[in-house]
Amino acid sequence: MKKRNLLQRTIIIVVVTVVGLYIVIGPHGRRPRLADFKWSGIKANLANNIHLGLDLKGGSHLVMRVKVEEYLQHLTENNAVAALNAAKDAGIEVKDAHADTTGGNYRVVMTIADPAKANDARDAVQKKVDVSDNAGWSFSASGPTLTWTLSGAEQKVLGDSATQQAQKIIESRIYGIGVAEPTLQRRGGQNSHELLLQMPGISDPEHVKQLLAGQSHLELVHVISPPSPAPVQTFMTKEEAVASLNSGGNIPANRRVLPYTERQDLTTTDQSANAPRPQKWVVVEAPAIIDGIDLSGAQAIPERAGGDRYQISFSLKKAGADKFGAWTGANINEFMGVVLNDEVKSIAFIKSQINDQGEIEGNFTKEQGEDLALTLRSGALPASIGYSEERTVGPSLGADSIRSGVRASLLGLALVVFFMLIYYRGAGVNAIIALLLNMILMLAGLILFGATLTLPGIAGIILTIGMAVDSNVLIFERIREEMRSGKTIPSAIEQGFAHAFVTIIDTHVTTIVSAIFLYFFASGAPMIRGFAVTLALGLVVNLFSAVYVSRTIFIWLLSRKGGRVESLSI
Amino acid sequence: MFQLFHEVKIDWLGKRRFFIGISIVLMLAGMGTALYRHRFHPNGTDAFNLGVDFKGGTVVTTRFKQPPAVEALRAAIEATGVRDAVIQPVLDRPGEFLIKVPQQAAAAQTDQNQTQVGVDPARARLGQALKTFGEGNAEILGTDAVSAIASSQLRTQAIAVTVAALIGMLLFIAFRFEWTYGASAVIAVFHTVLVTLGLFSIFQIEINLTVIAALLTLVGFDVNDSIVIFDRIRENRKLYRRMSLYDVTNLSINQTLSRTVITSGLVFLSVVSLVLLGGETLRPFSLALLMGILFGTYDTIAVAGPIMVWWERRLASSERAANAAAANAPRNSQRGGVKPSRAALAREQKS
Repeated sequence: MKKRNLLQRTIIIVVVTVVGLYIVIGPHGRRPRLADFKWSGIKANLANNIHLGLDLKGGSHLVMRVKVEEYLQHLTENNAVAALNAAKDAGIEVKDAHADTTGGNYRVVMTIADPAKANDARDAVQKKVDVSDNAGWSFSASGPTLTWTLSGAEQKVLGDSATQQAQKIIESRIYGIGVAEPTLQRRGGQNSHELLLQMPGISDPEHVKQLLAGQSHLELVHVISPPSPAPVQTFMTKEEAVASLNSGGNIPANRRVLPYTERQDLTTTDQSANAPRPQKWVVVEAPAIIDGIDLSGAQAIPERAGGDRYQISFSLKKAGADKFGAWTGANINEFMGVVLNDEVKSIAFIKSQINDQGEIEGNFTKEQGEDLALTLRSGALPASIGYSEERTVGPSLGADSIRSGVRASLLGLALVVFFMLIYYRGAGVNAIIALLLNMILMLAGLILFGATLTLPGIAGIILTIGMAVDSNVLIFERIREEMRSGKTIPSAIEQGFAHAFVTIIDTHVTTIVSAIFLYFFASGAPMIRGFAVTLALGLVVNLFSAVYVSRTIFIWLLSRKGGRVESLSI
Repeated sequence: MFQLFHEVKIDWLGKRRFFIGISIVLMLAGMGTALYRHRFHPNGTDAFNLGVDFKGGTVVTTRFKQPPAVEALRAAIEATGVRDAVIQPVLDRPGEFLIKVPQQAAAAQTDQNQTQVGVDPARARLGQALKTFGEGNAEILGTDAVSAIASSQLRTQAIAVTVAALIGMLLFIAFRFEWTYGASAVIAVFHTVLVTLGLFSIFQIEINLTVIAALLTLVGFDVNDSIVIFDRIRENRKLYRRMSLYDVTNLSINQTLSRTVITSGLVFLSVVSLVLLGGETLRPFSLALLMGILFGTYDTIAVAGPIMVWWERRLASSERAANAAAANAPRNSQRGGVKPSRAALAREQKS
């Protein structure tokens, strides 16, 4: 009976050990070769199998916040303009319409001349503009003032969708420039609007940040000017341009005054370069004919074959192309402008109907051109982003950390082994076997779950050495006690394990409970999560290695000596 | 058989006033230093030396092939408009420096580039400063930049994690034992955390995210130690029904003393190797563990037990009073009255 039990236990342990070892140092996804069993092969496989965290491998860790307030503000402002136009189209005299976005509230406020027409104005606006109750806006009127307020719940929904949209766009931009194995995920709850971007191997994230900051909002607009062959109407100052509108110094909702830099001048997308350049102003019609959403593709191509200056060639989607074709067909000889980020990049008159192609000329360098094309392709971010955390680790710092972590682990292990052998002699060997098995299985667990090993994770391993050995200390001390109280050796071992087991379960579960808390609360700190994962895994594995394996070794010792055991090396 | 403690019969509970006195003195010393620093800022220190994780700002690790004088480095950094930089040479790696820059509040406001609001553009500026020492001489090894908002979130999160872990353990121990046991273990461990934090204030060791991980590990270890003793108390109370809780607790602490000391000693050895070889990055983490293991062990033996016994006794005497009242009012006792606790029973059996 006991023999079979021992055999069964041995088989289980051998199988688990071999499988664990193979997971740790064996090749994954292919058959093992002879080279895999050489020292260099083992090292290479080990490096392949364990996913190192950014702090060990090197790379960037960026936490971004999507500024949803900005998005909601734009939305409210656009609705205010649209509401004004809708009310005017319905023949209602409007004194004023503006967006009020103070104190976390988003309101469209409209003042009409005749309070009696409040209901007509409301219906006219809600027919054309999406500010109905269904869209999360609540309407209220007092006298001539009509107010649409965005509800808090809808703010959350819109903020959430803006964040999701930003995530998709950022994702496509990151993949577009070929960052290897990036991860981008939402951080925190639904209301946090934070994104965590991790890019292994990139220790200087400035270029990526520039690319992500690029708003690249493209519009094709109608430039207000006498038709060709007259030259396009430009103004030397902004004031002149505003004065030409004859509206008392204000810009009406259906016009915009934008800067225009003429083609011959060097134009860069870098806004911080404040080199003085002759800038002119033009008046354009709002809203734009075509928006960036209607783009289907954009590419950087050299202006002349073999030249080092680039331009962007873009094409439009079906819906945009139809709209554009209809407009250009009806406006032959009018002027049209390409507007990028509220700056007119080029102006051309319409010779004939254009359908779905266009160019942005801007004297771009190759890199500028390619970045711009990429940001155009991926679409405009719904709102700009800010960085709340930026961590980078260079490859040499990571390698140093690995080296010191491994050294510290080995020293810790050596000290523990030394003490156990001296203090518990024969039984110390048990503990050491259990300890080594624990290390192997813990690494196997990390690999199996695809968890990453971080610097605090290495610290977690060192602490697991302590915890693992504690189980054996508990058991051995108990066995010694039972022996002192006069029990026979087999029954002392039996009792020692039985009593210590209760305690071991209690201590392990408490620590696992704290590791679980650590894991869930440290959602923002992947390094700390790495620590929690190694600690919890080490403890679970320990229940097998310290209790089951150690017990088996004792059973084997007893069975070897036969029924009568006089002494035990413990 | 080589035995560390053999048949010890120490009256731990008898010395409780002494032990708890030491604990309180240590705790007050740490907290007092923190308050004093918080109030008067001697040498520009704060209650705690918070790292960028919790205070915001930027840390840049850099390595020079030919290291310049610290003063020259400081001058070059200030020339780029970055103020109040702290330059700290890395002791065990010649040529390496940690440059710590506090959150540049004014600079962030005047910064034209709106997308940068949040973390400072300090990394880029320090990069410029380092270039003045020759192309390729200085290399940026790593940076950590955290904005003010993110750092205050991390701070709240750190406190929440620690409290949550304590509550989680309290509930688990209350479920496995009794809630007085859980409360005493948690009070003892909370005390360890306070003493460790106090030492961090006294020696102005930096507190960062990894220190929080260390504190949580401590919480785990310390509660483990208490559980080992409590498990033994529970077992002994079944074995020695006539023994008082006071004696059972002493007996249990003594019986598990070998284990407590050996385990703590072994963990201590691992942690010492971490302190020695773990490198600068993990130093605050290793130091927190080192102090915590020492006090945690002391705590378990000297604090958790006495608190638990004191509490159980109070409960027992109040229950006895309730029982007496119930006996005086026969109507109540017919409905069942109050069931005496095991502690009360044990005491009655003894008398």
